[in-house]
Amino acid sequence: MANQTSKFGQTGKSGQTSKSGLLFSGADWDFKTLSRAYEAIEAIAIEELHLDIYPVQMEIISSQQMLDAYSSVGMPLMYRHWSFGKHFLYQELLYRKGGRGLAYELVINSNPCIVYLMEENTMALQALVTAHAALGHNHFFKNNHLFRQWTDASAILSYLDFAKGYIARCEEQHGVAAVEAILDAAHALMEQGVFRYRRPPKLSSERQREGVRERLEYEERSYNDLWRTLPPSKGGGNVGEKDSGIAERKKTLNLPEENLLYFLEKNSLVLEPWQREIIRIVRIVAQYFYPQRQTQVMNEGCATFVHYTLMNMLFDRGLISEGAMLEILRNHSNVIFQPGFDDPRFSGINPYALGLDMMQDIQRISTEPTAEDRDWFPDIAGNGNWRETLLDAWANHRDESFIRQYLSPALMRKWRFFILADAASEPHYEVASIHNERGYEKIRAGLAQSYDIGASRPDIQVVDVDLLGDRQLRLEHKVKNGIMLEEASRDATLRHIRTLWGYEVSLAAIDAQTGATLNERSTSQIGE
Amino acid sequence: MPIFIDRRLNPKDKSLGNRQRFLKRAREELKRSIRDRIRTGKIADVDSEHAVSMPARGTGEPSFSDAKDSGRRQHILPGNKHFAPGDRVPKPGQGGGGSSPGKTVSEDDFRFVLSREEVLDLFFEDLELPDMVKLNLKEILAFKPRRAGFAATGSPTNINVGRTMRNSHGRRIALRRPKQEELDAIAEQLAILEAEPRSAAPVRQRIAALREELERLERRRKRIAYVDPVDIRFNRFDAQPVPNANAVMFCLMDVSGSMGEREKDLAKRFFVLLHLFLKRRYDRTEIVFIRHTHEAQEVDEETFFYNTQSGGTVVSTALEEMHRIIEQRYPSNEWNIYAAQASDGDNFVTDSERCIGLMDGQIMRLCQYFAYVEIIDERESHIFGTTDNGTSLWRAYSAVNQRWPNFQMSRIANAADIYPVFRQLFARQPAFQKSA
Repeated sequence: MANQTSKFGQTGKSGQTSKSGLLFSGADWDFKTLSRAYEAIEAIAIEELHLDIYPVQMEIISSQQMLDAYSSVGMPLMYRHWSFGKHFLYQELLYRKGGRGLAYELVINSNPCIVYLMEENTMALQALVTAHAALGHNHFFKNNHLFRQWTDASAILSYLDFAKGYIARCEEQHGVAAVEAILDAAHALMEQGVFRYRRPPKLSSERQREGVRERLEYEERSYNDLWRTLPPSKGGGNVGEKDSGIAERKKTLNLPEENLLYFLEKNSLVLEPWQREIIRIVRIVAQYFYPQRQTQVMNEGCATFVHYTLMNMLFDRGLISEGAMLEILRNHSNVIFQPGFDDPRFSGINPYALGLDMMQDIQRISTEPTAEDRDWFPDIAGNGNWRETLLDAWANHRDESFIRQYLSPALMRKWRFFILADAASEPHYEVASIHNERGYEKIRAGLAQSYDIGASRPDIQVVDVDLLGDRQLRLEHKVKNGIMLEEASRDATLRHIRTLWGYEVSLAAIDAQTGATLNERSTSQIGE
Repeated sequence: MPIFIDRRLNPKDKSLGNRQRFLKRAREELKRSIRDRIRTGKIADVDSEHAVSMPARGTGEPSFSDAKDSGRRQHILPGNKHFAPGDRVPKPGQGGGGSSPGKTVSEDDFRFVLSREEVLDLFFEDLELPDMVKLNLKEILAFKPRRAGFAATGSPTNINVGRTMRNSHGRRIALRRPKQEELDAIAEQLAILEAEPRSAAPVRQRIAALREELERLERRRKRIAYVDPVDIRFNRFDAQPVPNANAVMFCLMDVSGSMGEREKDLAKRFFVLLHLFLKRRYDRTEIVFIRHTHEAQEVDEETFFYNTQSGGTVVSTALEEMHRIIEQRYPSNEWNIYAAQASDGDNFVTDSERCIGLMDGQIMRLCQYFAYVEIIDERESHIFGTTDNGTSLWRAYSAVNQRWPNFQMSRIANAADIYPVFRQLFARQPAFQKSA
């Protein structure tokens, strides 16, 4: 630390720094320096790494504002809910205790790409953060296929603005408690509120939403009870045989349905239009974050690789002083710190470290491959074009497929990966595979699997409901490898579903392999 | 060229609304935790921040999640040092099976700090305390003169010389009072002319004219005073009310065996409430604890609430002790004296008369306010209601109550009864009536 500050002192004093072409000197920053640094970094990024980015909007915020952003799931706008208050208290506590530093930046997948910079950062850090977020993350957001297909970067902010206003209006109209009840229930189902396999419908534009609302209001105003007394049309008159009836029903309701929130929003019999709209808001927020959760390693890896490469290039060109570079490297090495599994500091695999290592490994494989690499990666080994290889990987993969495709034996040896098999019935773990010839494939597959959200989250679907009969909503949980649901939270969540559905809800645990029903839980068995 | 936006000046506390919602949700549990804290803590500590632990009920965010104790799974971990396939590793701890060997802090298990306002809000809710506790009322008790311009009347000691002389100067100029220099000049001229030995007729005429002029001027000087009463100005002082900044609160409590845990808890709340009122109003508040059985002594807070003593009940000893302490340490011209007495009403038969005597003769003169609460059983509250019948101390104090407006007495059976005791304390304040 002392070394670092003295270095700063020297560069500050020498006076010739500005002449020598440095982008900045000293720890202080101002908007001119930020802008100069950004332009230099962007130029190199486009020229050397061929990055393709959204326009950037940088916002300077204080630590307090950073905490605020943390507690509202990182979005600049969010509706009000008590759980955000709870998260804020928790984050604030960690921060105050020094248990966790705040992030230096926060980046929003939007167009223009919004990057928050903390005012406390030194200029060297701001440069690092600019390269990391404004270029690395930004490029990833714009080019990765998941983000391109599943989220709409240009619409999210205006949608959140609408959501915030809409929920506030609902609270005014229907009371905070009523809105909270719906939000609580919807939040509980956020994990089950995304489309995993088919693409979600596009966010409607502000004008369309306005139109829908106007129509709803019109219907409310012009409601006439007389229409209810009209005899039903002939089509729905005779339900034929039972089996064909069930098949028909499933078809019309599009069952089985994996997106519980979507199903409830469209088919619940008890919800008012405003309640459906709130569920829709929660569902859209969940869907928005779904790609981010599938691309943690890649996203952070891409950003870290970009900042590390760019900073070194800047340094090589004499645009950054040694002192600033030391500070950058120190922060960089903090970020990619990965303790071993038996270290008290271990808390899982650091996505920054794994992502960066894999990407640097790809760079190595395409420029100086070993015989083993040629064997494992005939397509890219020695192709010499690491830039295109990485750009391609960033664009076309998510964590699971990226690891399955690119994790090399060399890296597994470096990380000394091993698989611990854990059966709940056994009193001990068993080491299943280690980093050797026989283990490489298994480790790679296992690690990829652990990043597959579809596989690691409970798979729960709506399978049946008899709208004309008892209206019981039947859910099915596909039990994989005998992993059941945690009972207390399962019951609490089922209660929330009943709130939204209005009638009995049951959840059957079905073994994915044998198809046997392991148990069945219904809301009628759960007390209030 | 990126767009820069400086958000640092944006309104802070964006998440305050969420915090309030969260506290509201956890209200019952937080209330209980605050109450427990206050029951065991010091009176003066109530009015501050409190750290509370995360309430478990009502704030959970359930979702479907895997049970840790079922099924088969794999953990892929880095940092293998010596394991080979087939090695067995014992699971850490009991029932900790399944989780990878790392430590994670649960988000539902942490403590956070409530602000002073939030604590009071939670603590006093079941007293149904109106917002007046939160009003910062100033009790006007002393006056201090403050300069407030000038006046034409006043006492000689307050004459403002500068202002007076300025007025006099202006008046002299306006009325053309001859100056000393003019007189001197004429006198000099006269002296020169008279000094000449042979005086011609024009000279004599001139001398006569000058003499006349001199005389006229002197007459004029006598008529127009140098300082006239109309010139005089006095410094004006307004009496400005100054709230007396010191208050002492006497807590008197019967600690004989008949006062149980419930009684003491109610008494404590009563004392806490009075202390809060006082603390809002005065810069400095001190608390004196006097406990008594058949004899009284000043003790610290710990002893006051948690030590029991056996003995009879002679209330007058406590009053005597209080009077002695006032004489010794808290002269009533410097201190606002408040007293709060809690008792179950038992008293030695002949002692009640003596109490009346002490109250009428000495104590009520010195006190700003004396509140007496009698803690009764909830069943008794139906029987006694509002009648004057009651314990011997109650009957004795009823007499005092009629004579002194700053005496207040009440029977309380549960916490909600405590607040009305203080109602009168505030009703007396004109400031309060305005804002009510």
